[in-house]
Amino acid sequence: MDFGFSEEQNLLREQVRRFMADELPSSTVRALARGEDAVRRGALWQQAAELGWLALIVPERFGGVGLKWIDLAVVLEECGRALCPLPVLSAAQAAAAIARCGNEDQRRAWLGRIASGDAVFGIGLYDEPNWIDPQGVRLAGGELLTGTKPFVQDGIPSTHLLLATRTGDALALAIVATAEVELTAQPAVDGTKPTAKAVLNAVRPLDTLPISVADLDFLTDCGAVGVTLEAIGAAEAVLELTSEYAKTRIQFDNPIGKYQGVKHRLADMFVDIESFKSLAYYAAWAVDDAVDELPRAASLAKAYASDAFARIGIDGVGLHGAIGYTAEYDAQLYLKRSKWVRSAFGDADFHYRRVAALG
Amino acid sequence: MDFDYTPSEQAFRNEVREFLAENLPPPKERGRGFLAGWLSKVRAKGWVGFSWPKEYGGGEGSLTEQAILKEEMALHRAPPLGTSFMGLAWVGPGIMQYGTDEQKQRFIPDILDSKVNWCTGYSEPNHGSDLAAIETKAERIGDHYVVNGQKIWTTGAPWADWIILLTRTQFDVERKHDGITCLLVPMDAPGVEVRPIENMAGERNFAEVFFTDVQVPVENRLGEEGKGWQVTISALANERSSIGEVTQMFARLDSLKALVKATRRQGRPAADDPAVQRRIGEFEAKIAAMKYNGLRYLTKQLRGEPLSSETSVNKLHRASLEIEMADFAVELTGMAGVQLGGDDAADGGSWARSSLGWPGVVIGGGTPNIQRNIIAERILGLPKD
Ligand SMILES: Cc1cc2nc3c(=O)[nH]c(=O)nc-3n(C[C@H](O)[C@H](O)[C@H](O)COP(=O)(O)OP(=O)(O)OC[C@H]3O[C@@H](n4cnc5c(N)ncnc54)[C@H](O)[C@@H]3O)c2cc1C
Repeated sequence: MDFGFSEEQNLLREQVRRFMADELPSSTVRALARGEDAVRRGALWQQAAELGWLALIVPERFGGVGLKWIDLAVVLEECGRALCPLPVLSAAQAAAAIARCGNEDQRRAWLGRIASGDAVFGIGLYDEPNWIDPQGVRLAGGELLTGTKPFVQDGIPSTHLLLATRTGDALALAIVATAEVELTAQPAVDGTKPTAKAVLNAVRPLDTLPISVADLDFLTDCGAVGVTLEAIGAAEAVLELTSEYAKTRIQFDNPIGKYQGVKHRLADMFVDIESFKSLAYYAAWAVDDAVDELPRAASLAKAYASDAFARIGIDGVGLHGAIGYTAEYDAQLYLKRSKWVRSAFGDADFHYRRVAALG
Repeated sequence: MDFDYTPSEQAFRNEVREFLAENLPPPKERGRGFLAGWLSKVRAKGWVGFSWPKEYGGGEGSLTEQAILKEEMALHRAPPLGTSFMGLAWVGPGIMQYGTDEQKQRFIPDILDSKVNWCTGYSEPNHGSDLAAIETKAERIGDHYVVNGQKIWTTGAPWADWIILLTRTQFDVERKHDGITCLLVPMDAPGVEVRPIENMAGERNFAEVFFTDVQVPVENRLGEEGKGWQVTISALANERSSIGEVTQMFARLDSLKALVKATRRQGRPAADDPAVQRRIGEFEAKIAAMKYNGLRYLTKQLRGEPLSSETSVNKLHRASLEIEMADFAVELTGMAGVQLGGDDAADGGSWARSSLGWPGVVIGGGTPNIQRNIIAERILGLPKD
């Protein structure tokens, strides 16, 4: 047993963290979240590719680094800490989907392009806003796709979309060119996790990957684990911000952190973050090394984090007092992320019930 | 104990209902010009400043009838009775209690007629929860005070005509609550500068307000010099009871129940889900408790007993409901819940927007921790920390 990161993983974390500090300060995050500065966004994406983050879980024979989700965990955690709006998680999900469900030609066609940052994927699995189930996949599959996919994650901007479709009981993933789809940006609470509505009118998929229910579950679990890993970084960042503020903000002649109403709440936040962090690391390890355990592990992590981070987001703002409510101050950005995290790839009710159903 | 209303109170409720049936179209049919007509009609009824003396244009109604009026108004989703929320909620009552005759004549009619908007200048950059430590300076020079300092989070300052301003006239005091003086200041006085602040929902309702050598005539002082804290305390008590309005909460609960009925989650009707039923039940219990708490406190007031810190109970319920109801709706509706607008947003994005709006209620009138301190220290007699 060794439940700790390796030297290489720690170096990777350092690298990502430095990159985020240098290249993605909150002013840049905000601009990108507003959809501004496409040129800078493109350049950052290229840098992320050159640093190898997009190639991390792509097998070496397809131009990747050939590492695992537990390595990716380090990158996602740091992305979350900075609220990085680049679709690193969607890229990983697309890579995982094609590596697992594609045939050799499809892998050769797409994995290298994902690793190099050349193909930028948006992901649309379920058609209902809150139904994580094969039945929640509605878009009709076939040679030509016509219909809508209402909540495509990171659809704008992207070059390709990975969309789940159904034909009778058969499920598939269709890869379509974004340019052939009519995409409308949805005004989401958290601009760093944008969704878009896709309308397809006789669009011919560039590739179609038949998938099983287990494949769909696996991709959903990858999403749930990824979201939770990002939530660790985000929650730690808002806890740090709030703790620092509590040390310096004076009311009634003392730093507010002296009062137990503040101090104990911050300690409870720490307890929760430590706990969903451990659950998430285990789940990230299970993706590659104990896939039978993945459903339970992913659900426990995502369920715990969904509720805990929601509370942390709210109290991160509340414990600052009025200044936390201002647009200028960063605490609110984490609150907004926590709203999205709560439902993305299944809310706490869904995941706790799934754990119960697993027995 | 008797929860029934007297025949005359019941008659009054009927009168309000008839008035609303005649004069209040459904929200969608309230066109331009509706508000002005509405304001003059409720004014003519004597319902604005319902319990204030007739002498100053009030209605001189009873507290019970006032509660009935507010309940019916909220039930029917009526617009406010005047445009100056703060003027009606605490500036007016404060002037009524502490003002000179001249001040009552001068300020009250304009509040009742919605001619002026008031804002509240209490909080400062360094003093929020610890309000009594404020340091905006007012120096008496002849028949004027000269004000220097800064306020912050002043809601409505960008469009207010007047500000009720808490200043310090004496710095070398033993108790910080002494030496505070309350002034009524026109926002267009030379030396007043307003800089709006954007909140996390993108609105610019509150502001920083700077005072540089602002001259305020002595006749604009509310209450005695150095006794401004008492004025504030009574105003804050009014704020707590006015923000604690439960009827609006019942209306929100109705909207939430409607959302639940209209929502399917995991492919099944959300209304059949025991987890959902339990949450809705908890919300309803808290709101109903707020209602009956409020009636018990009203009874105390009617019996002439002083109302002290019990209102913090409802304030705490209101704060948690404000956060949790919106958050629950957002969670329930999944990806549609986190959309702020557009075709794919649940209820047009209204819950998502209110999930970003709670600090006005939760932080604005004193934070939950401060309410807990009030209960622990003033009611339970626990030592201060
Ligand atoms: C939307 C909005 C509108 C507002 N409108 C107005 C207005 O119109 N006019 C006006 O004057 N002010 C207004 N305010 C300001 C409001 O009154 C203050 O924000 C509030 O009193 C808290 O003060 P603060 O923001 O300085 O926070 P702080 O007092 O710095 O508190 C920060 C945190 O510390 C906690 N804390 C402080 N002391 C203690 C303690 N002893 N024990 C435990 N915890 C403690 C608080 O609970 C809070 O979580 C508004 C605020 C908001 C958010």
